[in-house]
Amino acid sequence: MKILVITEQRQNKWNNTSFETLAAAQHIAKDTSSTVSAVVIGKGVASFGDELAAKNVAEVLLVENDLLENYTPDGYCVALKQVIESAKPDLVLFPHTYQVRDFAPKLAAMLGKGMIGDCIAYKNEGGKLVFVRQMFQGKTSADVTFQSAAPWFASFQAGAFRADLVEPNASGKAPVNTVSVNLSADQIRTKPLDLFKEAKSAVDLTQAPLIVAIGRGIKAPENIPQAEAVAKALGGEIAASRPICDEGWLPMERQIGSSGQTVAPKLYLALGISGAIQHVVGMKGARTIVAVNKDQNAPIFEIADYGIVADIFEVMPALTEALEKAKS
Amino acid sequence: MNIIVCIKQVPAKDAPLSINGNWIKESDIGFEMNEPDSYALEEALRLKEKHGGEVIALSMGPERVKQTIKEALAKGADRGIHIADDNFAQLDPLGAATYLAAAIKKEEVDLVLTGLQSDDHGFGQTGVLLAGLLDLPHATIIMAIEAQDGKMRLKRELEAGWFQHIECPLPAVLSIQSGINKVRYATLKGIMAAKKKEIATITPQTLGVTVQPTQKVEKIYIPTKTKKTEFLTGTPKEAATKLVEKLKFEARVI
Repeated sequence: MKILVITEQRQNKWNNTSFETLAAAQHIAKDTSSTVSAVVIGKGVASFGDELAAKNVAEVLLVENDLLENYTPDGYCVALKQVIESAKPDLVLFPHTYQVRDFAPKLAAMLGKGMIGDCIAYKNEGGKLVFVRQMFQGKTSADVTFQSAAPWFASFQAGAFRADLVEPNASGKAPVNTVSVNLSADQIRTKPLDLFKEAKSAVDLTQAPLIVAIGRGIKAPENIPQAEAVAKALGGEIAASRPICDEGWLPMERQIGSSGQTVAPKLYLALGISGAIQHVVGMKGARTIVAVNKDQNAPIFEIADYGIVADIFEVMPALTEALEKAKS
Repeated sequence: MNIIVCIKQVPAKDAPLSINGNWIKESDIGFEMNEPDSYALEEALRLKEKHGGEVIALSMGPERVKQTIKEALAKGADRGIHIADDNFAQLDPLGAATYLAAAIKKEEVDLVLTGLQSDDHGFGQTGVLLAGLLDLPHATIIMAIEAQDGKMRLKRELEAGWFQHIECPLPAVLSIQSGINKVRYATLKGIMAAKKKEIATITPQTLGVTVQPTQKVEKIYIPTKTKKTEFLTGTPKEAATKLVEKLKFEARVI
């Protein structure tokens, strides 16, 4: 089988979930004796191709065109359809990003195929590929299979695979092959304009290795500095579940969950968060999860590695002190 | 501006789910309008109030789906289209979109709106697939729409706090991000007015399209707990100290 990974970068920066998907592809390739190729698409992105060539891939496909400088769904669909038709992969994998949600289902449909999106795991059941995704907002898992002939399309949710497990290239460097695509300006019907952030203090939580998150248990905005003190002692970023941001106690950009950001940090410390699925889908990919909650039946403990059943207002100052002591 | 809003009916949020193969037992639970679609409906109603035109609520599924169409009519949609299909829950995203697109093609519309995803299957593909099948431009995760002179200026949400403005011609398909607006409640007057509004029922067989499944949900199940939580006990101070030790020497994350 031949697996094609479509990577993603913007403004000269990787979307790190590209490497999680590459790890997924390498894992599936090992399991099914397949090869992995990786696609970089854009303009002036050769250095990204070189970086991928140092990973364990059979080849890197570099798809460059002036009209691909800024992402548009039309441009990406027209270009990637040609790439897939010439590379003839059996399985095309994407990171499940907002950008992929915006074009990949249509790309698959243009080839008469379906896409299994937002997968959290992969299983091989006697040679049959099974993709696991969530349904009913995480209350159930679902095993999904492809029904039509290859190529098959699937995307993996952030945190489903670990980017740090991507294997390097044993022989040094894989070939980087340029794929030219036919694309004309009139095929691109939407026009991307300015990229902007709404708040000056905007932070990219997806890149934060250590996150301290608060939930309803924080009770009032005047209590937030206690959590911020924990974050500061840890050297991490503060984040929150949806109700805290809806109340305006923290800006929306600090929200983790299905309607906020999806993160997979090294450490996620949940303070007074019950663990409703809308929140959990945004952080369960964290490597280590710590939960502090006074309710020992809170669902957050189902996914926590370490738990403290206690009042967060007693734990926060103690934790700040212990963290500071550990640092000195 | 004539707008079609695709609205799905899904199990009520607090409904106790009991699994039946690859779907749920529908008998004892309530159903409601998919919350993300209610934002799309609200946005359609606001655009109509500003620019005039008609809002059509389109929904597919068994007979019970009519109740959700009636709710949309009570909120201000002008008429409804119901694609009656008892087997709707078994369709894959492309199959569902193929039927919806065929129904939309029969209408003269400037804009097709969908919610971001459904709270049941959660495929999140309908809007993008409709754009492909109708050969219309599209944009997703939309947080603001300004329509003028046959085109729209849109605010699209990206990840990590980033947004982007996009210019998009009409007609088009947009997937609306939840939270774009504050959804209205139906008024008593609206509920009364809805009784006189038309709901056209059509069957998939009359739409002149064939659907081949591309993917299949084999089974659904309660996720297995993957982690064993180690609880740290003692006074808050003791627990905090133990935790820091664990993070440093066992998990090695600090």
